[in-house]
Amino acid sequence: MTPKVVLVTGVGGYLGGHLAARLAANPDIDRVLGVDTVPPYRDVVRTMGRAEFVRADIRNPLIAKVITSANVDTVVHASLTALPPGPTRRTALKEMNVIGTMQLLAACQRAPSVRKLVVKSNTAVYGAGPRSPAVFTEDDTPKDISSGGPAKDAVEVEQYVRGFARRRPDVEVTLVRLTNLIGPRVDTVLTRYFALPVVPTVLGYDARIQLLHSEDALAVLEQAALREGGGVFNVGGDGVLMLSQAIRRAGRVQLPMPAAAVPTAGRLLRGARLVDFNPDHVRYLNYGRVVDTTRLRTVFGFTPRWTTRQAFDDYVHGSALRPVLDPSLLAALESRVLRTRV
Amino acid sequence: MQEARVIPLQRTERNRRFTPPSTPDGPAVEPTPLRPEPAAPPVSPLRRGVADALAFARRRLAGDYQVDEFGFDRDLTEALLLPPLRVLYDRWFRVEVSGIENLPVDSGALIVSNHSGTLPIDALMTAVAVHDNHPGRRYLRMLGADLVFQVPVLGALARKSGQTLACNPDAEHLLRSGELVGVWPEGFKGIGKPFSDRYKLQRFGRGGFVSAALRTGVPIVPCSIVGAEEIYPKIGDLKAIARLFGLPYFPITPFFPLLGPLGAVPLPSKWHIRFGEPITTDTYDADAQDDPMLVFNLTDQVRETIQQTLYRMLTQRGNPFLG
Repeated sequence: MTPKVVLVTGVGGYLGGHLAARLAANPDIDRVLGVDTVPPYRDVVRTMGRAEFVRADIRNPLIAKVITSANVDTVVHASLTALPPGPTRRTALKEMNVIGTMQLLAACQRAPSVRKLVVKSNTAVYGAGPRSPAVFTEDDTPKDISSGGPAKDAVEVEQYVRGFARRRPDVEVTLVRLTNLIGPRVDTVLTRYFALPVVPTVLGYDARIQLLHSEDALAVLEQAALREGGGVFNVGGDGVLMLSQAIRRAGRVQLPMPAAAVPTAGRLLRGARLVDFNPDHVRYLNYGRVVDTTRLRTVFGFTPRWTTRQAFDDYVHGSALRPVLDPSLLAALESRVLRTRV
Repeated sequence: MQEARVIPLQRTERNRRFTPPSTPDGPAVEPTPLRPEPAAPPVSPLRRGVADALAFARRRLAGDYQVDEFGFDRDLTEALLLPPLRVLYDRWFRVEVSGIENLPVDSGALIVSNHSGTLPIDALMTAVAVHDNHPGRRYLRMLGADLVFQVPVLGALARKSGQTLACNPDAEHLLRSGELVGVWPEGFKGIGKPFSDRYKLQRFGRGGFVSAALRTGVPIVPCSIVGAEEIYPKIGDLKAIARLFGLPYFPITPFFPLLGPLGAVPLPSKWHIRFGEPITTDTYDADAQDDPMLVFNLTDQVRETIQQTLYRMLTQRGNPFLG
């Protein structure tokens, strides 16, 4: 069943805005409504075509009127922020994440026209720690997660989504858990982090990181809105980079700091409005997180086009990061050592 | 309307520009030359060594190496982690290995071994034994206690050398992908037992390793290590200090902490590692891992096999230090 009327939340953000544009380009869909408190970026507006922007707050019951009056049959909730790129006000973010989702789900529950719900979540719900399994599957439960961080919001949002699925069994509910996004045009906590000339890490730790190209994330959300059936799916690129390896590939200089100095450094970076360094993110940078994407490939039927390494290299080339140390010097020296003696 | 038609075209074009090459990491296919070039003149071993070191440094600096999803870094393990262990293996403990033919050539297997020696050096030596004696130069993927992964530098090194947390999801994932997985089910009870209890196997956990093998249908290879008990004879335990540091025990040996850092040098005992006959697990029903009695029986069978082999090896051994 192709959706007729689609409502996308969070069109003021990268994923929501571009997703609305993609859906608007699909001639089988009659109407695309984009909702957010802030208008989409200007370059997104140009590509959005016939998609309509409704300036509304999903925390407000008004959203129920939008859904019923437009006879929305598919809702894509893309506004959940589990990994804020920069420093944010915690209370405002939490309210947007949790209360916004509650209101949206309440409105969906009342609207008989809604047939499909897609919720963008994050693999941050698995947490990260020394006692976690190396590769998370969709059935793993949260562990090692801080009680007040944005990752906790995602866990709570998923609980509300499960509650909604119980109360409206006729609605197909798809929950996609994205790994950290990267790409030349997206602004995430990691794109900001690797753009720092000197990248702070925690001494004695090296994380495994799995990345998802922003284009793949868009394609997955689009396909989730169009396909039949629901379910929970991990979404991430193939393969793994070590944090230290990624820093070297980006040509940055790594600055390992003793664990005791990390809170101070995090406060400095937050204060300078550079990068968000919340405890969950630090734990991620210490232990890393890898998810199993077998279900995405076999059940959902999607294979990411970029591997973790390709996505990261695309980000490095696209953001024109220049290496601080040039490895070609060593290559020249190596060939000289091998060639001179005959 | 016009706008809406133009924009998607632009987007597909942009997509095309960012399309990655289809096999960027695969080996490049070289055309076979009709007349092969004369072989390159021999390079002196010293130059070869220097060039290899430079190539390694270049790869590391450019981040140009592969890591699997468990964090196993083959490049680093080969170049930096194995060589010092190999010195210990060849010169210090003079390890003798038998039964390497009991390991599968290229499929998964679970190697279950006795644990001893206060520090888990026996696990490292088993990894060297598998890698250096197996015709396929295979790596042993070890399952470690969570304490290992909590300690800063150690945890990162353990992941890079191919270890992972001893939990069923990780073990089954590795076994399914056809790896050789090593497990020491006695855990701290085995490695930290007093010297008077040497070569007496402790309880084998809850048999989690057997259910992992049953679920994946891989054989269990019992492995018996003789010699590791003598490296640090643990004659006492400072429980208060252990509790202070959150350790399972704080050993006293005849030389440690008496001689300080010098006492931390392991005694040069002569080691024997024997890989026993594999115990197949694929002949049971699909839901065999849900039968606790079967799991217990298999656990006991593995334990008894290792214990009997240990006794036999001990009767054949002469002096613990001279072999």
